[in-house]
Amino acid sequence: MSAQSVYTAGACGLVALLLAPIGWMLLASLMPESRLFDSAVSGGGLALTLEHYRALFGEREFIVPVRNSLVVAGLTTLVAVPAAALCAYALTRLPMRGKGALLALLLAVSMFPQISVIAPLFLVLRELGLIDTYPGLVLPHVTFATPLAVWLLAGFLRQLPRELEEAAMVDGAGRLRAMRDVVLPLAAPALASTAILTFLYSWNEFLFALSFTLGPERQTVPVAIALFRGRYQVPWGQVLASAVVATVPVALIVLAFQRRIVAGLTAGAVKG
Amino acid sequence: MATITLERVSRIYSGGHAVVTDVDLRVGDGELLVLVGPSGCGKSTLLRLIAGLDTPTHGRILLDDDDVTTLQPQSRDLAMVFQSYALYPHMTVYDNLAYGLRVRRIDRRTMDARIGATAEALGLAALLDRRPSQLSGGQRQRVALGRALVREPTAFLLDEPLSNLDPALRVQARTELLRLQRRLGATMVYVTHDQEEAMTMGARVAVMRAGRIEQVAPPLEVYDRPANTFVAQFIGSPPMNLLPAPALGVDAPPGTIVGIRPQDVIVGSGPLVATVDVVEPRGPDAIVHLELAGRERTPVLAIMGGAAPLPGASVKVHWRTDRLLAFDESGGRQGSLPQTADRR
Amino acid sequence: MSASVAGRADARLARLLVAPALVIVFGIALVPIAATVWESLHQRDLRLPWLGTPFIGFGNFGEALADPRFGEAVLHTLVFAAFSVPLELTLGLALALVMHHVVRGRGVARVATLLPWAIPTVVAALVWRFIFETGGGGSGVEWLTSPVAAWAPIIIADVWKTTPFVAVLLLAGLQAIDRELYDAARMDGAGPARQLVTITLPLLAPALVVAAAFRALDALRLFDLPYVMTGGGPGTATEPLSLYAFIALMQRLRVGYGSALSISVFVLTLLVALVSVRVLTRVSPGDHA
Repeated sequence: MSAQSVYTAGACGLVALLLAPIGWMLLASLMPESRLFDSAVSGGGLALTLEHYRALFGEREFIVPVRNSLVVAGLTTLVAVPAAALCAYALTRLPMRGKGALLALLLAVSMFPQISVIAPLFLVLRELGLIDTYPGLVLPHVTFATPLAVWLLAGFLRQLPRELEEAAMVDGAGRLRAMRDVVLPLAAPALASTAILTFLYSWNEFLFALSFTLGPERQTVPVAIALFRGRYQVPWGQVLASAVVATVPVALIVLAFQRRIVAGLTAGAVKG
Repeated sequence: MATITLERVSRIYSGGHAVVTDVDLRVGDGELLVLVGPSGCGKSTLLRLIAGLDTPTHGRILLDDDDVTTLQPQSRDLAMVFQSYALYPHMTVYDNLAYGLRVRRIDRRTMDARIGATAEALGLAALLDRRPSQLSGGQRQRVALGRALVREPTAFLLDEPLSNLDPALRVQARTELLRLQRRLGATMVYVTHDQEEAMTMGARVAVMRAGRIEQVAPPLEVYDRPANTFVAQFIGSPPMNLLPAPALGVDAPPGTIVGIRPQDVIVGSGPLVATVDVVEPRGPDAIVHLELAGRERTPVLAIMGGAAPLPGASVKVHWRTDRLLAFDESGGRQGSLPQTADRR
Repeated sequence: MSASVAGRADARLARLLVAPALVIVFGIALVPIAATVWESLHQRDLRLPWLGTPFIGFGNFGEALADPRFGEAVLHTLVFAAFSVPLELTLGLALALVMHHVVRGRGVARVATLLPWAIPTVVAALVWRFIFETGGGGSGVEWLTSPVAAWAPIIIADVWKTTPFVAVLLLAGLQAIDRELYDAARMDGAGPARQLVTITLPLLAPALVVAAAFRALDALRLFDLPYVMTGGGPGTATEPLSLYAFIALMQRLRVGYGSALSISVFVLTLLVALVSVRVLTRVSPGDHA
């Protein structure tokens, strides 16, 4: 059907537009520095080199920011998702006053401009000696990731029929047991979606990471990339290589979990 | 109003699954044809093919004498009433009715007149400002019907339009629909899975199974002279008794299957003896499950008016041989049965 | 167990379960925002600690209103939002429609569209900065050094990065529309264009408003892209409000004034959120009795 082929052509075009910059970034990261600024694809063939990556992990020890990002994002996810899950369960299954207000409050917090809280946060963290430490970043990340996580999980749990836990409780299980045996396995996909979105948020977060770290020891990947300083000018080759390194884990996650990610995004938004 | 003709129409999905196979059908001008069959028999697909919402893999579809097989639904001037009504949720009843007219650029005055008349006729006049979500099921059904009527199309296609209504409402709606069709002289193709509905509505009934049409005939003919065992059991409730000839004590070529409707099994007198197994009282009558005396204890269904015997009781049974139907091994109906006297 | 005892036990459990999330959010979001409000009403300059922190009421806000750089920052932020949000909605809708109708390769399309959204904004900023500095052989460099034109790469980078998010939201909305409505419309004589305008768009309106609201809120909080792409330059030509607040706070260490600036971002966000909620209730289908 020609209608199908129009849509397929459109899809190919749009996909190409979206992926082209990333492809170009990858390609450029493999080109020698001297060739980077040559206009268009000049003659002389394709000379690929790993010199930027070697410098990245050699002199610049880029492994450090990578390690920091993994730790911070990992800890954020490990703290935020369970807290959010418990909160979401309480909001959808247990009697409590002020549920609506609580949900609205959580949503409002996730819409806060982060710039509005960094000043006092910085001062407090400085008082507690948490500047330039892992907890100093994990705490703010958790704060801003939790509301969205609660929203997503609450939306999912609302659709899960209560009869399932009630059946377990009639069979003699206490509420906590029912939660563990019945709700947890069924909620696994939603928990996975939420964990992925939380991890991505923390991995990509910039403002807090920029404000609450001082030196290369604890900087995360986005900050390390942004603060690249060359001796004379911006070392584009290494910058692009670092961008690729920052993208690889994300790309892998997206490839592996694209359905989960879409499910999470739409669940959060459709509830609106 | 138009005639609808289907010539050897088939619809085969990629992968080989044939949903409709070699259908020949002709709906006359002003005729109400009912397409009936069990779920999955292809009747809805056939309707969609006529509508143009789907394209046949083989065959031709003609409206009057025009080949419309490749025409889009927009150009066929047919109206369809959907099972779930498919009312536009974001539009008022008025706008729902007006949609097709606006598309065709009918002028405002004619449009208002037509919508007004249709709304009056269907009892929707007070509801024109409401949205579908504010209507009851019955009201929504009438809006769906109104949307089709207002367009004054060449023919109507109805896909189980009453199946989502409460049973009480359904009977009433059925009668009104029949009256409407008669008054308009409208050509209608009506799809249903309810054989009772099929019998009461159609000028002719087309029974479908697994993508093929088994029989097309007026309701009484389908009932009295079913083309095969499938039609015989599908039409009529409770279903016809179908048993090998010897079991009913009938002399016939080997492999013959004999059928007798429960309505024609008379309990109370006769040369045969049976035991009552289960009785299902229905109010005015009762379905009685019998077991004929004999080694095989052949099960037979009967219908009795009045007081039914108790389970376990022994009763006399007989039937008229002219009500017996014979089917060969493949299920096709045979001519007449060799005449034999009632016997065991 | 009587009903009320079980009820009370449940309520206690509820409070317990909600506590961790509540403590986190309360402690690290609500308290700080209150603190920021407090700071904005006081004067505090970390470079001049001997001046203390006297209460100056709305002094900081008064200074902001008179500050030309503040006015420009607000203007930059609003203009950026005015350009980027409609672009993202339109392109996102196109992308969503295409993805909705494509049968084969939908998985590939989904991965492709998610990638720009998923990568760090910093990476997107750098890639596009690189493209603008090297692309088009020479003419690229002028973009980022011209006060007005420098916004183009920022807007393009933002649109590239967030269109997929909008597309995913709208795609979900598209998939929620009953397919049979299109059948009915075809029977009524409507062609594809008419179906889009009379059926798809009205029924997609709630999703569109949600997408617009999310994008508008993010546009108001714009920080990462200009910080990395232009540093706010040339001069302060590409400096949105968040960046100005950041500079005042973290670079010039004027905690009081910076807090006032960051509160104004908060106020803008609040206004947009309230407007969106209003529009959303107006636009959602259903009884309007």
